[in-house]
Amino acid sequence: MTAVGMPGLPGRSLATGRLRARRGGARNLPLTVGVALFALLVAAAVFAPLLTSADPVQQDLVNGLLPPGSPGHLLGTDQLGRDVLARLLYGARIDLRVGVLAVLTPFVVGTALGLLTGWFGGWFDTVVMRVVDMVVAFPFFVLVIALVFALGPGTTSIFVAISLVGWVAYARIVRGEVLVAKEQEYALAARASGLPTWRILFRHLLPNVVLQAVIYSMSDIVLSILAIVTLGYLGLGVPPPTPDWGSMIQEGQQFILTQWYLPTLPGLAVVVTGLALALIADGLVERFGRR
Amino acid sequence: MTYVLYLVRRTVTLVPVLLGITVIVFLLINLVPGDPAATLLGTRATTEGIAALRAQLGLDDPLWRQYLAFLGHVLTGDLGHSFFYNSGVGALIATSITPTLWLIGAGVLFALLISVPLAVWAASRRNGPADNVIRVVPMIGLGMPAFWVGIILVWVLGLKAGLFPVSGFGTTYLVHAQSIILPGLTVAVSLVPILVRSLRASLVDVLGSDYVTTARAKGLSTSRVVLGHALRNAAISSVTVLGVNIAYLVGSTLVVEKVFALPGVGMLMINAIFNRDFPVVQGVTMLFAVMVVVVNLSTDLLHAALDPRVQLA
Repeated sequence: MTAVGMPGLPGRSLATGRLRARRGGARNLPLTVGVALFALLVAAAVFAPLLTSADPVQQDLVNGLLPPGSPGHLLGTDQLGRDVLARLLYGARIDLRVGVLAVLTPFVVGTALGLLTGWFGGWFDTVVMRVVDMVVAFPFFVLVIALVFALGPGTTSIFVAISLVGWVAYARIVRGEVLVAKEQEYALAARASGLPTWRILFRHLLPNVVLQAVIYSMSDIVLSILAIVTLGYLGLGVPPPTPDWGSMIQEGQQFILTQWYLPTLPGLAVVVTGLALALIADGLVERFGRR
Repeated sequence: MTYVLYLVRRTVTLVPVLLGITVIVFLLINLVPGDPAATLLGTRATTEGIAALRAQLGLDDPLWRQYLAFLGHVLTGDLGHSFFYNSGVGALIATSITPTLWLIGAGVLFALLISVPLAVWAASRRNGPADNVIRVVPMIGLGMPAFWVGIILVWVLGLKAGLFPVSGFGTTYLVHAQSIILPGLTVAVSLVPILVRSLRASLVDVLGSDYVTTARAKGLSTSRVVLGHALRNAAISSVTVLGVNIAYLVGSTLVVEKVFALPGVGMLMINAIFNRDFPVVQGVTMLFAVMVVVVNLSTDLLHAALDPRVQLA
């Protein structure tokens, strides 16, 4: 359980436990709204060039700090005259892509390690779990920031840093699931029928244990987007002038009294992204149960 | 006696974790691409300077010897020497730890003051409108970057309303207390979503148990039942939740200190990053991890002392 951990999801499943059996996918409001919201955000990022003709890095110093609604600049311009809407949309491209991709490696590595440690146990399990204990002792942001500092700023460093830290949560979750699952009848039956171990692990166990990892990955994407914008805010993230929500907040901070929307809007973009993913996680819990 | 044994055993299990922390912090410097000494010195690099720094850092030794030297220094309380401040890292940390401790204290205090009433309210009117709102709002809160919350609070409560100081830490206790309000609230905002959800869940759980039914059957009012009977038991699990999330709490102080220009260890680390002052970054990273380990241990011990059901074996 690192950082945000499972964002309080136990509360939800307790509350809806009795209702769950009667709820079909069609009436799953959190899942529907969450997926729709996230699809909208991804679409905004993918179709950014179609949604705005403005260039997110093109400076126009004469027309700096224009208010929202100015001709040609729906959300105004920043201090360097760059279009705020264009920067928000192109920022989504960077932050969503890096946020989602950064979770893939930890997901695969952590799930694989969780499967193997949970199934085999023994010294391998002990060693991996000791390493997990060491990594979770560090606050997520502190270790990611220290790693990015050591590796040098940039997208690659962010991927590496988040991967080095992020796998532990998946390993813990999947290992716990495997410990329970391997005593269940279908697993015992698969073992008794003499199937090769890899086949039991990947064909029988994995489909049953991966769901909890998928649910966790939703809050993990939020966590990694938060890490990216935090790094951007501290000036360690995606190098300028590439738009990123974190650096937009940092640059807009000084104008909070006069152009409040400059630091506020990119923050709201992060919040909406987080909400969409939290709703998806919640909907998945409601649909499939547990955690 | 069992408790003392438990305490000893629990503390001993920390030794490998603490060693692991030193390994990870030590390895940080080996992640620096190319020659760490040249990268660290940056534009100040000269051939002699690089050679001197390589010698000082022991970079020419084999990795395991470098680690043993590093560990030896750490164990004797020597956290290294700051390139930038030309002073011991331990001393630098000692002078900047106070605002950070204030911030953590204020964050926890505000988080409890906000989440306990909200959770009680939600759990005692289960599935009502207030309960539904309180279940959804944390989902919004979880996605809020701490530094952004800080900026918004500065804007609304600091600059517009003029209620609180927006930066610095002052020199007197009174100014400390005033200066810590907004940063403390900022840290609390990121904790409240987690706390409310878990406290609400355990309250709902406890409210369904037999002893609560008994209390209700005796004719006690709802508020007596919730506040007098249920909350006390639900609080135990919240202590654990707080302990589990302490890493997140401690981590968020880093960037919150930056927003409010609090001269704490987080600020020290951020400044060190921009000065490429590697020993300070290593020292503070290690400090953060050790703080997390110590708090986790304390919550475990507290939990074991409070809850007679915890198996000490």
